Amino acid sequence: MNPFSSGTRLRDMIRAIRACKTAAEERAVVRKECAAIRSAISENDQDYRHRNIAKLMFIHMLGYPTHFGQMECLKLIASAGFPEKRIGYLGLMLLLDERQEVLMLVTNSLKQDLNHTNQYIVGLALCALGNICSAEMASDLAAEVERLLLTKDPNIKKKAALCSIRIIRKVPDLAENFLSPAASLLKEKHHGVLIAGIQLCTDLCKVSADANKHLRKNCTEGLIRILKDVSNSSYAPEYDIAGITDPFLHIRVLRLMRMLGQGDADTSEYMNDILAQIASKTESNKNAGNAILYECVETIMGIEATSGLRVLAINILGRFLSNRDNNIRYVALNMLMKAIAVDSQAVQRHRTTILECVKDSDASIRKRALELVFLLVNDTNAKPLTKELIDYLEVSDQDFKGDLTAKICSIIEKFSQEKKWYIDQMLKVLSLAGSYVKDDVWHALIVAISNAPDLQGYSVRSLYKAFQTSFEQVSLVRVAVWCIGEYGEMLVGNVGVLEVEEPLTVTESDTVDVLEACLTGHSADITTRSMSLIALLKLSSRFPPTSERIKEIITVHKGSIVLELQQRAIEFNSIIQRHDNIKSSLVERMPVLDESAYMVKKANSSQENIVAVKSSQMSLAGTSVTLPNGVAKPPAAPLVDLLDLSSDDTLVPTSTSKDFLHDLLGIELTNSSSSGIAPSGGTDILMDLLSIGTPVQSDISPETVSSNQGFAPTTKPTPTTVQVLDLLDVLPSNGSVAGDQSPLYPSITAFQSSTLKIMFSFKKHPEKPQVTEIHATFMNLSSDAYTDFVFQAAVPKFIQLHLDPASSNHLPANGNGTITQTVTVTNSQHGQKPLAMRIRMVYKVDNQEKLEQGQINNFPPGL
Amino acid sequence: MYYDINIKARRKTHQLFLSCALSGDDEMIRFILLQNRQGKTRLAKYYIPLEDSEKHKVEYEVHRLVVNRDPKYTNFVEFRTHKVIYRRYAGLFFSMCVDITDNELAYLECIHLFVEILDHFFSNVCELDLVFNFHKVYLILDEFILAGEIQETSKRAIIERMGELEKQE
Repeated sequence: MNPFSSGTRLRDMIRAIRACKTAAEERAVVRKECAAIRSAISENDQDYRHRNIAKLMFIHMLGYPTHFGQMECLKLIASAGFPEKRIGYLGLMLLLDERQEVLMLVTNSLKQDLNHTNQYIVGLALCALGNICSAEMASDLAAEVERLLLTKDPNIKKKAALCSIRIIRKVPDLAENFLSPAASLLKEKHHGVLIAGIQLCTDLCKVSADANKHLRKNCTEGLIRILKDVSNSSYAPEYDIAGITDPFLHIRVLRLMRMLGQGDADTSEYMNDILAQIASKTESNKNAGNAILYECVETIMGIEATSGLRVLAINILGRFLSNRDNNIRYVALNMLMKAIAVDSQAVQRHRTTILECVKDSDASIRKRALELVFLLVNDTNAKPLTKELIDYLEVSDQDFKGDLTAKICSIIEKFSQEKKWYIDQMLKVLSLAGSYVKDDVWHALIVAISNAPDLQGYSVRSLYKAFQTSFEQVSLVRVAVWCIGEYGEMLVGNVGVLEVEEPLTVTESDTVDVLEACLTGHSADITTRSMSLIALLKLSSRFPPTSERIKEIITVHKGSIVLELQQRAIEFNSIIQRHDNIKSSLVERMPVLDESAYMVKKANSSQENIVAVKSSQMSLAGTSVTLPNGVAKPPAAPLVDLLDLSSDDTLVPTSTSKDFLHDLLGIELTNSSSSGIAPSGGTDILMDLLSIGTPVQSDISPETVSSNQGFAPTTKPTPTTVQVLDLLDVLPSNGSVAGDQSPLYPSITAFQSSTLKIMFSFKKHPEKPQVTEIHATFMNLSSDAYTDFVFQAAVPKFIQLHLDPASSNHLPANGNGTITQTVTVTNSQHGQKPLAMRIRMVYKVDNQEKLEQGQINNFPPGL
Repeated sequence: MYYDINIKARRKTHQLFLSCALSGDDEMIRFILLQNRQGKTRLAKYYIPLEDSEKHKVEYEVHRLVVNRDPKYTNFVEFRTHKVIYRRYAGLFFSMCVDITDNELAYLECIHLFVEILDHFFSNVCELDLVFNFHKVYLILDEFILAGEIQETSKRAIIERMGELEKQE
């Protein structure tokens, strides 16, 4: 005999593996065992085959590969003895599954074993078939199983019945063959056979409507009798669980009754009595009884039960809800959710109990209960329910607050009938859990406040009060900041005081304090701080006495390391310092926000955010600012466009979803020089807004509108008004010459070699966007003077080129002088194609002809 | 390399979903696991076809789900598209994966019955009994549950049957 194959006993191997202290040791033992088993396999050792497979099963359970033993299982199954077959079938079920081709080889052995005279072997075969058979095997062996359903031995019968379930799940077409044997199983007395038979009938009903009809007609009565017998039976120790005889049988019968009674009034009526009996008489102090009651309730909900029975069922669930066992409460909540569809009034009666479950310590119960409460809310109970939930929000777990807040907010939004209630509730939620509130929710609140002129004063005062206590709640702070910026004077002046309000005295400097706290608070994020800056700017015009202080605050932030804040601070500083005359109109109150447009936008927001992210890129150089658009403006339509524009074209680097608000707040940043997108229709609307707004200012004449820069009205003639561009203080400006057309595009170095440098600066006539005047400056970088300097240029066909005479043809050495020349290009495809140009410079150094050439591709976009 | 593994894992999960989906809305037991606190599998019976690697993943995930759960919480945890009903006996976790709409309380009772049968068969069962006699545990399970459905509800019938089967050896 092979020394390896005798090997160790199974018990010894398990012991050896258990003795291993490290994973490496275990691997070594397993490797050794596997090697022994492999060599035994290759030698076709028969004596220890079943022991080897038993070992392999253990090894498999530990997670090691054991595929090499699959064929051995088949050999064991084909052997004659029961012990070999037993291990063989066990191995088959553990080491193989229905998807392996090898399994096909076992069909024949299975067939023989199904016809075996030893009932234990038949049992083994049925068990294996039931657990792993594939569709092919199901078709091949269905006839054998069908025959076994009719044998006398209950052990075979119940196994055959469960096998049939697997067969019809794999091949539903075979269902009708099993219908009549299945129906006859319901007449059995043996519980195992009954339960298997009932399960088979249930599955037949699922796959075939005919079977359902047949069983409904012929078996309903029998089922009711089974249920009656089992529920009325005296103590049966064999099946007793907590004083109930065979709860599993109860449950299976109830389930099949549900299948049969569904949508059939007559059958349902027939079942009424027994269901009522089960529902009212089953003991509910143990899990087994509750399992039956639970199934019974589901059946009552599923069939066409009488209303009395339904009330009984919902009352059971109500009892479940007050049970101390979490499991019971969990299933009750689950079932009530289904019951709402059937009878929402009855469920409503248990509202208080359900509400208590929202406050449970078990997370899964809370979650279910909250979902259920959400389904229960209607117009009449919205107010008390919201109050309860908000009260609970205060004490709830941190990790539950997110879910709870979201549900409360959506209840408030859905069921608010009056604006004041909505605002009040939202403020409560914001002050309790503002950090959990989603952006769209507080955006909606701002839109709502903007649409309620008579509540604006009240809102801003309430927000101010709430802020004092809940300054750590981000969303609350944001809404407060926005409202203070917009309606600050209502706060100080106590405008539109409602009767319910307590008097509040706030001074102008108090308001500024709040905003300053938001701006400098260490916890504030960029969005909040940017909003605070804007609010400050707005207040500086509304509260003239504080403007000096506000200016100081803004000045401090000119040095902010956050680009966004720095830029805003610099811009606002310019507005305060140099543009006092237009400031008040710039920072006028926002027009009423369009609610319907916001709702539409909210629905699309997820999509648009992506677009906004894509386009958020930012560079300091060449950043231009569109004038704040917070200008009063009557029509509502452009605002809609404005909102659309904001998410598509705006380039706010910090926030994506919030940029909508930034715009509302009157600030928009576009990056016209680096984005490369020719300003589109959206910008024109902006301009229109501005031109509507500007006549308010008498000293600005909107003569020139430089459309393609997305820019504000540039004002030429009045020497006192400075170019809007100066706001930026970024670009080189010829500000000293009043009325000069400043270069709105940055100059470029068009060409540079070791000997020659050419700079281009640009000028554009607003009324002729296609035409660009290029001012070329040539500089000699070498130490020799150039003579006979000639500049030549070539452009693509869609561009027309006109060269003016150069200022000179002599270029002094070492950059001691320049030649200038004006080039006018007309881009017929303006807005679609960028400028491009090839250039050639011919000149003489010491009478030697020199030539340089190059291509210019770095024209600023938009030319 | 790491990326590859992820892709694989995701595909496997997908397969599990698929295979579960194939079993449709049948209210049946998908698998039964018996694990100790350390996550060692003592019994794993699958009534749906899964590859070995998927099985290991499932066993790992289920163990993680149940092992640290507060004992005050419900005995039901949602697992992928299904529900795991589990019960802890000393250091052993018995878990059954069933359909999301199935009767949780019944399966809780079912686990308990199985434990009682084991207890009866091994007279005061402990983990070591299950380790050394794992093949017998499978045999008992096969007499209790077949094709993902309960086969026999009588403890005595199963114990008797086991006795008969042992005589055949």
